Amino acid sequence: MKHEVKEIPTERMVLNFGPSHPATHGVFRNILELDGERILDVEVEIGFLHSGFEKLGEHRTYNQFITIADRMNYLSPLNNDIGYVLAVEKLLGIEVPPRCQYIRAIMCELNRIADHLVSIGMHAVDVGAFTVFLYAFKQREIIYDLLEFVTGSRMNNSYPRVGGLMSDAPEGFEDKVKDFADHFLPTVDDIERLLTRNRIWVDRNKGIGAISAEEAISWGLTGPCLRAAGVEWDIRKTEPYSSYDHFDFEIPVGVRGDSYDRYLVRMEEMRQSNRIIQQAIANLPGGEVNVDDPKIILPPKERVYHSIEGLIHHFKLIMEEHGFQTPRGEIYSATEVPNGELGFFIISDGTNKPYRIHVRAPSFINYSVFPQLIKGHMISDVVAVISSLNIIAGELDR
Amino acid sequence: MSPFWIDLIIILIKVIVVMGALLGGVMMMAIVERRGAGFLQERLGPNRVGPWGFFQPIADGIKLFFKEEFIPAQAHKLLYLAAPAFFVFIAFATFAVIPFGDKLELFGRTIQLQIADVNIGILYIFAFASLGVYGIVIAGWASNNKFSLMGGLRSAAQMISYEVALGLSIIGILMVVHSLRLNDIIVAQTHYWGYLPRWNIFVQPLGFLIFLIATFAEVNRIPFDLCEAEQELVVGYQVEYGSMKFVMYYMGEYVNLVTFSALIVVLFFGGWHIPWIEGLAIHPLLLALLQVGAFVVKVFAFLWFFVWVRWTFPRFRYDQLMRFGWLVLLPLAIFNIFATGVVMVLIP
Repeated sequence: MKHEVKEIPTERMVLNFGPSHPATHGVFRNILELDGERILDVEVEIGFLHSGFEKLGEHRTYNQFITIADRMNYLSPLNNDIGYVLAVEKLLGIEVPPRCQYIRAIMCELNRIADHLVSIGMHAVDVGAFTVFLYAFKQREIIYDLLEFVTGSRMNNSYPRVGGLMSDAPEGFEDKVKDFADHFLPTVDDIERLLTRNRIWVDRNKGIGAISAEEAISWGLTGPCLRAAGVEWDIRKTEPYSSYDHFDFEIPVGVRGDSYDRYLVRMEEMRQSNRIIQQAIANLPGGEVNVDDPKIILPPKERVYHSIEGLIHHFKLIMEEHGFQTPRGEIYSATEVPNGELGFFIISDGTNKPYRIHVRAPSFINYSVFPQLIKGHMISDVVAVISSLNIIAGELDR
Repeated sequence: MSPFWIDLIIILIKVIVVMGALLGGVMMMAIVERRGAGFLQERLGPNRVGPWGFFQPIADGIKLFFKEEFIPAQAHKLLYLAAPAFFVFIAFATFAVIPFGDKLELFGRTIQLQIADVNIGILYIFAFASLGVYGIVIAGWASNNKFSLMGGLRSAAQMISYEVALGLSIIGILMVVHSLRLNDIIVAQTHYWGYLPRWNIFVQPLGFLIFLIATFAEVNRIPFDLCEAEQELVVGYQVEYGSMKFVMYYMGEYVNLVTFSALIVVLFFGGWHIPWIEGLAIHPLLLALLQVGAFVVKVFAFLWFFVWVRWTFPRFRYDQLMRFGWLVLLPLAIFNIFATGVVMVLIP
């Protein structure tokens, strides 16, 4: 008797993953072409959260753009702000006093820890470990209280100014930061105990979304995604800004460049950030926080009320179509934000507003590699890869 | 009254009591799960409605009851509506053969504390538990949603894979006890090895482990809740279900959880048996009630275990789940049968 094997016809299924899907943490669309659960092809679509941030910069004075810079990556607003003001300061050719540099470094690292906590928490919750997310958020809450104490707001802090800070750190700042830095690491250990050697977590992440060092460089990846692939590249080390060369810290690198290594790199970076905070707070210099240049920094109120120069400086900086003017030219300045290299490219035509601002957003460049990372994997891996790349839609679309 | 009517009334009372207890258990679980999550996650959890938030499930129930009845335009209406009803019916029916206490001597009658004392109790449970998956698969297909469909497909594959291991893991017990009747299995566990009660957890530790793991897959809990997977499939087969249809799935899942916790207790932890109590002179009626209490306590211990695991572990991936089921659990279950057989031959 002859058995005939009947071929069962199968069809590819197209699945819309996003724009509103719980795992996209924002709005961007992945059009997955599936064979069963396996992903054959991905088409990504962005622009759902386009807010015209770069264009808005052309109609704002330099200091006004700070409020826009911190809305790009709403998980690490201070890093964005500081990256932006550093670019403008580079354009002006000024350097802020050491106290300001140290406070900026502390705020950057606090925000970096907060960003990594959210990133790891979301990664964990996407893979199903909800508790890790809340452990992380508890510490993030403490950081946000601290940021509120210093800057007056929890998110979108707009704390730095070109040439200094909105105000000096308030009384008790050092104790509070020290208190946080001393009590933070047990949470990292808790998360580590819940995940790092958890067989399910390892199986879900090891080898998923892997990228080699050469490819990572040629795609322009930066930050934890690049370091996970084994490239020791951190702008805080290679081109130190804000006194980062004063601190002793290490750059964690991975081996395989997969989701698991990205997770490990972020975990270690939180420990290193904590080290930086402890060193910075122990050696926090005294003195002024703003540059001594009334053309850039608002004069103190006593000077405004009691001297004609003070009043004029205040007037020139505050009134419409005033503010400080920058020399004509182009500048590119990059800083290491939690997601990677955040660059600001500013063209100045010599007026009080930038002619053009372009932002090199790490989320945008990291996301461009996503279709290549996910091909051949399964639906469940999409969430692990997206959240380990830490795509922030605000920064992605700008 | 003829004995027939008295028996009927007794059975009806038992059915009502068990249904009530199950519904109560579902309510309890709804709050225990969320407060437990709060406890494990260093937060409060719902604590506004009633003492310790105890009446939160009632508030939720009322809210869901008044939600809009929504049917997707392209859904297969009949199957779409039938699936949740089927699911919840199967969930409740499965509990019928679980003995929740020993015999009760009342007014000269012997009342078995169990709705149906059938001699194929275990087969009945597995047969009904397997039917439960139809509620999920049909829902996944009838909703006409790709995420639902994926959830339904995953669920079907998962149930088939893990039911094999689940069934084989208890063969060892059946070999030792020589009966499929759940009461016989419990009675066999009331003996002692020295001071140690001869519970099946000590007789069949490997079988227990396999059964426990497969149970997680059977009741769709983390780390095996692949057919829901809210982060990737957006709760899978339930995506298009709202209002009371959602409640039916919610209830059905918790009833399944209670049933399987009870089954673990019956099969491996001596059911209603309280160790070392035989020596004490306790009134038989009081003893029977104490045994029911012991059973409830044991079941709740396992329910808490399920909550604990849910808020601790991540989720498997689909192919890892299948590999684990077929390549790890199944061979282990077969080995367990083999080992039990060898031991039974060597030690008659």
